[in-house]
Amino acid sequence: MSVLLAARGLRLAFGGLRAADGIDLDVEAGEFLAIIGPNGAGKTTFINMTTGYLRPQGGSIAFEGRPVLGLSPRRIVGLGIARSFQLPQLFSEHTVLQNVALAVAAREGVWSALTPLLRPRYRDEAAELIGRFGLSGIAGVRADALNEGARKLVDIAMAVALRPRLLLMDEPTSGVAAAEKMAIVETLVRVLREAGVTAVFVEHDMEVVGRFADRVAVWGQGRIAALGDPATILNDPEVQRTVIGVVPAGGAHAAA
Amino acid sequence: MSWLSENGLLVGLALLDGLSYAAAVFMVAVGLNLVFGVLRVLNVAHGSLYAIGGYAAASLGLFVASLGAPPWAGLPVLLAAAVLVGAILGPLIERLLLRRMQDREPVLQLLVTFALFMILEDLQKLVWGVQPVVFDAPLKWLGTVDVPFGTDVIPFTAYQLYVLPGVALATLAGLAYVLRFTLVGRMVVAVTVDREAARALGIDAAKVTLLTFTAGAALAALGGALAAPTVSLVPGVGASTIVLSFAVVATAGLGQVEGAAVAALLIGLGRSFAVYVAPEFEVVVPYAIMVAVLLFRPQGLFGVAETRRI
Amino acid sequence: MTRLGETLLALAGAAAVLALAYAVPWLRFVLTIALAKGLAVLGILLLLRAGQVSFGHALYLALAAYGIAFGTMAVPEALVLIPGAALLSGLVGLVIGLFVVRYREIFFGMLNLALSMVFYSVLEKFYAVTHGADGIRLGPVTYLGRPLAGEAAEWAVLAVALGLALAFGALVRVALASPLGEALAGIKTRETRLDFMGVSPRRVLLAAYVASAVMAGCGGAIIALTTRHVTPAIAYWTTSGELVFIAILGGAGSVLGPFLGAAAYELTRVYAAALVANAWQMVLGLVLLAVIVFAPGGLWGMIARRRPA
Repeated sequence: MSVLLAARGLRLAFGGLRAADGIDLDVEAGEFLAIIGPNGAGKTTFINMTTGYLRPQGGSIAFEGRPVLGLSPRRIVGLGIARSFQLPQLFSEHTVLQNVALAVAAREGVWSALTPLLRPRYRDEAAELIGRFGLSGIAGVRADALNEGARKLVDIAMAVALRPRLLLMDEPTSGVAAAEKMAIVETLVRVLREAGVTAVFVEHDMEVVGRFADRVAVWGQGRIAALGDPATILNDPEVQRTVIGVVPAGGAHAAA
Repeated sequence: MSWLSENGLLVGLALLDGLSYAAAVFMVAVGLNLVFGVLRVLNVAHGSLYAIGGYAAASLGLFVASLGAPPWAGLPVLLAAAVLVGAILGPLIERLLLRRMQDREPVLQLLVTFALFMILEDLQKLVWGVQPVVFDAPLKWLGTVDVPFGTDVIPFTAYQLYVLPGVALATLAGLAYVLRFTLVGRMVVAVTVDREAARALGIDAAKVTLLTFTAGAALAALGGALAAPTVSLVPGVGASTIVLSFAVVATAGLGQVEGAAVAALLIGLGRSFAVYVAPEFEVVVPYAIMVAVLLFRPQGLFGVAETRRI
Repeated sequence: MTRLGETLLALAGAAAVLALAYAVPWLRFVLTIALAKGLAVLGILLLLRAGQVSFGHALYLALAAYGIAFGTMAVPEALVLIPGAALLSGLVGLVIGLFVVRYREIFFGMLNLALSMVFYSVLEKFYAVTHGADGIRLGPVTYLGRPLAGEAAEWAVLAVALGLALAFGALVRVALASPLGEALAGIKTRETRLDFMGVSPRRVLLAAYVASAVMAGCGGAIIALTTRHVTPAIAYWTTSGELVFIAILGGAGSVLGPFLGAAAYELTRVYAAALVANAWQMVLGLVLLAVIVFAPGGLWGMIARRRPA
């Protein structure tokens, strides 16, 4: 496997809190990498640094060999990295279809002012993507009227619409009702596999991690405490004590 | 150096003028800024309160003088007029208008104060007419002081030298004290920082808002009342005051009290130097200062940069 | 409302304007000014779509109006002057826009206000060039090479204004539903998302800002050709406030709103000025208050509610 994203020696501290204290991490092409760890450990910070929202105080990140740090979020999207958000970032006054269609349009720049957003090409692609996420029934609903689970999926669909080669997801299942969680993740994984997208996701639900991650990285106090396949990592006593210990197996979503 | 020695008098006068001008501007701007902090709306009608404060002070002063009151009575009359205007108009505007608009779009809230501005502008014309109103008794009563400046001596009115900056400084110190060390002040700060959280803590946000708006209105009226003896009041004084206060507030950064003082000083001095050196730029200078500041500090001199949360 | 419905309404409105201008001659002036302001408000509407309010668009009205006043001395042809004036506003809008689109909300509004006030005082203080508060009288103007005056000129300006209003109205309606227009609306609700989709919100806003300056320029040009006398008052901040006022009065829900609002505004002003000469501003203020409190969708909102799409 080839390395898609390579982070080396990332350092970032907020006051006294060390979110990243010499992070080395490789993301391999085609894999689903889960990042787990206690709250406030710096997991989201990794996504924020990779997508240009935060600038680390030291270290480097390379995507397909090209340096990423110092670029604006906008340029980084252009390289082929997209992200979704822990709190879905939707255009609340637009419908689901318009939200996704705008992301489709954004891929080509949004500079046409004389043809409609919902021209057949954009509308069809957006509708098809919405369908793959199982959201066709709510395509015409305004984003501010959706429940949290649907908001999460639309948020991810918008990121997928950008056709990234790497997708970073910040807690894709938090806030999603327990009953629909596995179905949503299954849908998500299927869509991403079909699209050939490499994914990194921050996750608190160990059941989700165990079923869908190819590899798991444990983030603890600004460092990668452990890295390996899910079976090994999730059964590691040290990991169970520091990470999973605070999240009893089976009741994982309650703490997410 | 030779320019300074030749124009020393000019520089001195500009400094003194700028100081007294900055004092009046500060009174208006600091009220505007306080109100913005709590209500999150820039009150366009704030300048009208300044104008009405000035007119009320002049009318009351002239009335008291016509009763044969001694000349020193002019000073307390200025204060009384300001308190009266603030205490009547402040609660009226907040209760009847702004409170109802709180959950509406920010644009609409701004427009409501614009409508209020239009109404008050005409109201003021109906009450006081369009002829200039002059009330300079306090100015005359206090006389002039010879201010030594280098080798020169500049005669300057004691009113502008002591009273205006004095009241402004007292206001600044008073506000700083109240906001930091009193319960009411802490409540105002809490609502400014986070209205919902303040409410959750049991703070009566509605009461704090009413109080802040009334105080802001009184400060604007006081600014107008204090400036009244030094200018002749004409229609439009409110309109020009409000845009100047906007410039001060934007330069200072939103919600800043001490910042408003520094910005008022900067803009007041800048303007008065322009008056003496390049009068055609008098109106431009305050905005030039504001634009220059915002170019380098988009959140204003003392404003806190807000990163967009994601 | 459907496209057909709005198109029919726009054409009916245009016909009504022509009929009224014919039947009541003094309305010709009022309606032309209303169309001119409606054009400028159309630009305000674009910025409102992004959640931004400019309290300084009188600057672009004034630039174009003075551009016309000076232009008549060199080229007296209206059909050259109007595009020229709009271009001037657009170019200045581009330069100022590069600066102001970095700011949002109050700061955006105040910077626009400040820059317009700078221009206002330049107009007022540099007497040698601008004749200060006295303003400048326009020289004779030709329309398609024909020197028109009096009633013929009034009809010509009205026709141009009506044509521009229809053209820009249609253009803005199309643009609002385009990717650019929807991204503009995205600035209001979730600007950061645009960045993370690879779209620069500043550039999107800049495009809208320049367009709004061009439309305000067209409005200013029409105003100059109608009043035939330009003064610095057109650049004063209350004129800018008036444009925002009209936008809210007419309603931001349709491109017809600005023209509806402008007509209502100008008529209210004329009647209020006749009825209560010293308090017309107060009447307008009360009208604005009533609209905001009782009809937040503006006049257009009241119409659209009666006839659902």
